[in-house]
Amino acid sequence: MIILAYSASEIWSILVMQGFAGLSLFSVLLLMALGLAIIFGQMGVVNLAHGEFMALGAYIVYLCSEVVQNHMPSLAPYYFVIAIVVAFLVAGIVGAGVEWGMMRFLYRRPLDTLLATWGLSLIMQQTFRSIFGAREVTPTLPEWLMGSFKPTQNIDIPINGVFVMALSLLLTGGITLFMFKSRTGLHIRATMQNRAMSGAVGINTGLVDRFTFALGCGIAGVAGAAFTTIGSTGPDSGQRYIVDTFLVVVFGGSASLLGTVASAFGIAQGQSISEFFLEGTMGKVATLMGIVAILMLRPQGLFPSKVRV
Amino acid sequence: MKKVYQHLFGGNEGALGLVILAIILAVILPASLDIFRLNLVGKYISYAFVAVGLVLLWGNTGVLSLGQGIFFGLGGYCMAMFLKLEASDPISTKIQSTPGIPDFMDWNQLTHLPALWVPFKSFPFALFAIVALPALLAYILGTAMFKRRVGGVYFAVITQAVALIVSLGIDGNQGYTGGRNGITDLRTLLGWDIRTKSAQYTLYYVAVALLIGCILVGRIVLSTRMGRVLLAMKEREDRVRFSGYDVANFKVFVFCLAAAMSALGGAMFVLQVGFISPSLVGIVPSIEMVIFAAVGGKMSLLGAVYGTLVVNTGKSLFSETFPQLWLFLMGGLFIAVVMFFPNGLAGLWVVVRERLPGLKRRVIRTAVSAATQSAVIPAKLANSEGGE
Amino acid sequence: MPRRRFLAASAALLLAASLGVQAEDYPTAKVNTTGLAVTDTTVTVGQLHSATGTMAISETGSIEAEQLAIDQINAAGGVLGRQIKVIKEDGASDWPTFAEKAKKLLVNDKVASVFGCWTSASRKAVLPVFEKENGMLYYPTFYEGLEQSKNVIYTGQEATQQILAGLDWICKEKHAKTFYLIGSDYIWPRTSNKIARKHIENVLKGTVVGEEYYALGQTQFGSLINKIKLKKPDVIYAIVVGGSNVSFYKQLKAAGITSDKQTLLTISVTEDEALGIGGENLKGFYSAMKYFQSLQNANNPDFVKAFKAKYGEKSVIGDVTQAAYLGPWLWKMACEKAGSFDVDKIAAASPGIEFTKAPEGYVKIHDNHHLWSKLRIGQWQADGQAKVLYESDLIEPNPFPKGYQ
Repeated sequence: MIILAYSASEIWSILVMQGFAGLSLFSVLLLMALGLAIIFGQMGVVNLAHGEFMALGAYIVYLCSEVVQNHMPSLAPYYFVIAIVVAFLVAGIVGAGVEWGMMRFLYRRPLDTLLATWGLSLIMQQTFRSIFGAREVTPTLPEWLMGSFKPTQNIDIPINGVFVMALSLLLTGGITLFMFKSRTGLHIRATMQNRAMSGAVGINTGLVDRFTFALGCGIAGVAGAAFTTIGSTGPDSGQRYIVDTFLVVVFGGSASLLGTVASAFGIAQGQSISEFFLEGTMGKVATLMGIVAILMLRPQGLFPSKVRV
Repeated sequence: MKKVYQHLFGGNEGALGLVILAIILAVILPASLDIFRLNLVGKYISYAFVAVGLVLLWGNTGVLSLGQGIFFGLGGYCMAMFLKLEASDPISTKIQSTPGIPDFMDWNQLTHLPALWVPFKSFPFALFAIVALPALLAYILGTAMFKRRVGGVYFAVITQAVALIVSLGIDGNQGYTGGRNGITDLRTLLGWDIRTKSAQYTLYYVAVALLIGCILVGRIVLSTRMGRVLLAMKEREDRVRFSGYDVANFKVFVFCLAAAMSALGGAMFVLQVGFISPSLVGIVPSIEMVIFAAVGGKMSLLGAVYGTLVVNTGKSLFSETFPQLWLFLMGGLFIAVVMFFPNGLAGLWVVVRERLPGLKRRVIRTAVSAATQSAVIPAKLANSEGGE
Repeated sequence: MPRRRFLAASAALLLAASLGVQAEDYPTAKVNTTGLAVTDTTVTVGQLHSATGTMAISETGSIEAEQLAIDQINAAGGVLGRQIKVIKEDGASDWPTFAEKAKKLLVNDKVASVFGCWTSASRKAVLPVFEKENGMLYYPTFYEGLEQSKNVIYTGQEATQQILAGLDWICKEKHAKTFYLIGSDYIWPRTSNKIARKHIENVLKGTVVGEEYYALGQTQFGSLINKIKLKKPDVIYAIVVGGSNVSFYKQLKAAGITSDKQTLLTISVTEDEALGIGGENLKGFYSAMKYFQSLQNANNPDFVKAFKAKYGEKSVIGDVTQAAYLGPWLWKMACEKAGSFDVDKIAAASPGIEFTKAPEGYVKIHDNHHLWSKLRIGQWQADGQAKVLYESDLIEPNPFPKGYQ
C-alpha cells in the first residue's frame, strides 16, 4: 500500500488517528505486560497462564454484567468500574491460590514453571469452556463507553480507547508509586535483589512472593476486564495475547518497569506503522521479525538488569 | 568391540531396553492392531522423533526449545512439496486453468511454479532439504543466541516467537504454501502409492527403523565425552566454560541435531498421514511435543518414545469418549510431571527397579524368618521340655 | 354397499401401504452391496464436527440441525424403513484429527454417509479420505467453490452464488462505485474477494480502492479503520471471520462508522455471529446469505419452531445451520430414489433431486453436486435478526466460473 495524493489535512488526520491507534495499542500491550513483568522481573518466574488470568478478568466482568442486568438494572451505568475492581480481586485471589499450591515449589526451576503454567492454562481454558460454553461472550457495556470524540470532522477518537489508555496510565503510575514509596513495595524489591538477606532481616519472603504473584495476576485480571471493551471473550482468548505479552516483557529487559513501558511503546508504534503500510498479516510478521532480530543482537532487552543474577 | 557395545547400546541393560522397544514396535504392535490403529501409531512415532531430539537438547543439555514444531513442519513441508509436485503432473491436473502446478496455486491464480518450488521436483534434493534446511535454520538461530549467552527462559520465549512467525508466514502466503489448508491430497512417492494398506505397513516399519536409528545416534552422542560435557553444561555452564570448552558450539550442535531429527519425524508424518498443515508448526504443537519427552522422562531416549505413545494414545482414546475431560487431564499431566515425576516414566522405572532388590530381599527375609521361627520354637520348646 | 366397502377397504390398504416404507420392501442384501453398516432395522451414519476448539462455536449449530433432521426423519419412519443411528466424532478444530476421524468413520465404522466439516481446511483434509474410501460427505458451509467431487454434496452456496447477485444488488440500490475489500487471511476470503474484484471491475465497472487481509484472531483494527476513513469507499465488502468479527464491528462503531454513514455488505455474518457481535453493533449493515431466520415462507416458521422447541427459545439459526439441516433430508431422498445405500448409487441418483420442504424454500441438486438456491440480502436489526430486503431468482451453482479465475 502506497500513500498517494492525500491532501494536507488528510495527512494530518492520518497522523493523528494513526498516532492514536499506536497509543491505543501501546496501552493495551502495557496493561497485558505489566502483570507479567512484575512476576517475571521480580521473581524470575514465567507464567504461561497469564493470558488465562486476563480471560478470567474478562469473564468476571461478564458475570457482573449479567448479574446487574438481571437483578439490579438501575446500576447499569455504574457497574463497570466496580466490575473491574472485582476482576482485580478475584484474579488476585486465584493467583495467590496458584502460588501457594504450585508455584512456590518451582522457583528454582524456571524451565519447569513454563511447562507447569502451560498445564495450568489448559485447565483454566477447559474450565471456562465447561462453565461458560464454547461461544464467545460480551458483557453489556455502559453507554458512556461507546462512541467517539470528534475534535474535527475527520478525526474520531474512540472513547473506549481513551478509557483503556487512562486505565493503563493509572495502573502503571499506581504500581510505580506502590513499588517505590510503600513498605510492601520495599519488601518486594528487597526480596528480589537479595532473597537470603531479606529473610535474614525478618522479611517473610514466602508471603512477599505470594503477594507479588497475586498482584501480577490481579493486574492481568484488570487487563482482561479492559479488553471487554475491545473484543469478545472466549475460552481461547488468553492464547491470543500470550506471545505478544511475553515479547514485550523480554524485549524490555526483565529488571525494570521502565523497560516494559519503553518496550510496549516501541512495539506498538512499530506494529501500527507497519500495519498501515504493509498488509495486515505481513505487518504483524514484520513486527515480530523485527523484535526477534533486535533480541538476537541484544538478548538482554532494552533495559537489562545491571547485576548478573 | 566391547567399547562399541558400551557406547552404542549402553551395556547389557541398555541393549535389553532397546531390544524390548524394538520388539514392541516392530512385532507386537503390528500383530495386535488393525491397519487403522497401526497407522495412528505410525503418526505417533513421527512425533517421537521430536521427543528424542528434545531428550538430547533439553534433558541432557538443559536447553528448552518451545519451537520444535518449526523443524518438524519444515521437514514435513519439504517432503510434502516433493509429493505434491509429483501428484500435480499435467495429466492429473488438466481441469485446472494452469495444468501442471499444484491445485492450491491454481486457486490463487498463480500461472507458473514459483522458483522456490522448482528444486523440489528432484527426490534427492528433497531428501537433502528435509534434513539440511531445518538444521541450517537451527544453526542460524542457535549461533545468534547461544553465542550471546541467551539461554533458559529467554531462549524458550524466542523459540515460541519464531514458531509463531513461521506459522503466520505459512498462513499468509497461500499461493506458495497452501496457507491454512496446508498441502493436501498427496498420493504417490516415485510412483508408489502411499495410501494403500501395504504401503502403510511398509512406511510404518521404515519409521520405526529410522526412529531406532535416531536413538542409536543419540546414544553415541551421549556416551562419548561430548555427552558428559553436555551434562556438565546443564548443571554448571560457567564451570564448563571456564574449563576451556566452547559452550556455544556444543549447544548449536545439539540444537541442529534435534532439529534434523524433528524434521525426519515431519517427513515420516507426511508420508503416513498424507498431508501437512501449519497447525503442526505453531506454538501449541511445539509445547505438546515437549510434554511427550517430559512424560517419558527427559533424560531417557527410550522413555521419550514410550512417553509419546502413552500421551497420544490417551489423547485419541479420551477425545473419543470424554472430549471435555481430556484437556483437564492433559493440563494435570503437565503439572504432575513437573512437580511429582520430573524424570517421567523412565524415572518411575528406575525407582521400581531399585526398590525391587530391596523388596525381594525383604520378602525373602520375611519368608525365611517365618520359616525359621516355626523351626526355632519347636526346638526351644523341645529344649525347655527336656533338660533341667 | 359392496362397492363402497370395497373402495373403503382398498383405500385403507393403500393408506396402510403409503404410511410407511417397509424395510421388507428393501432387503438388506439389495440396498447394501458394499458392506456398509446397515441392518434390517437400522442404518448408521457419521457426524464429524468440532465439538471442542476454536471452531466449536460455529459448528454447534450444524451439529444441532443435523440431529434435528435425523430425529424428524426417524419419527417419520426412517430411511428405507430403517432407523438412523449416528456415530458422533469430534474433529477438535484440528485438520489432522478430522482426517483421522473421517478414516475411522469410513473404514472402521463403515457408515453410510457423513454429515460434517465446516472450514475449507477441514474439508480439504478429509476429501482424499472420502475419495479413496468412497464415502459420501454432506458439507454445509458457504465456501469458495473451485471444487467438485463425486463424494461430496455441497449444501451451502459456493462463492459465485453468494457474491455476484449481492454485489449487483448493492450496486443498484446504493449506486456504489468504489469498494474496499476486507477479509480474514485464508483461502475463503481471498478467493471470494478475487471473484468480487473481477465482478466489480469487469461487470459493474466500479473500482476497488483497497484490499486487505488480517490474521484469524486479530483484534486490533485501528490502522485498517483509519485507512477506510481516508479512502471513504461507497461500500465496505467484509469477509471477516470468527472472533475477529466482534472486535471489527465494535471498533467500527467506536470510530463512528455506522450504517447511516457507510454501507457495508458482508458474506460472513449469520445470526450466529450476530449473537456474538451484538445487534447494536451491526444495525443497518447488510449480509448476503441464502437463508435468514426471519424468512417468511411455507416451511421456515415450522422449522424455526421445531428448532427452538428442541434447543431453547433463545436459539438462533444461521445459514450454515440451515444448510446442515438439509443434509440428512437430501441423503434420505437420494437413498429412496436409488433404492439403495450404496454410495455410487446415491451419487448417481442425487442430481435432480428437489427438496420443496427446505426452510429456505426450495433447493435442487445440480449435476456438480451443489445446490440451486436463491440469494437473499438481509439488513441487520438491533435484535440480532435480519430483515430480508431482496430475494434473487434461483441461481445455478458454478464452482469453476470462467472469467472469474
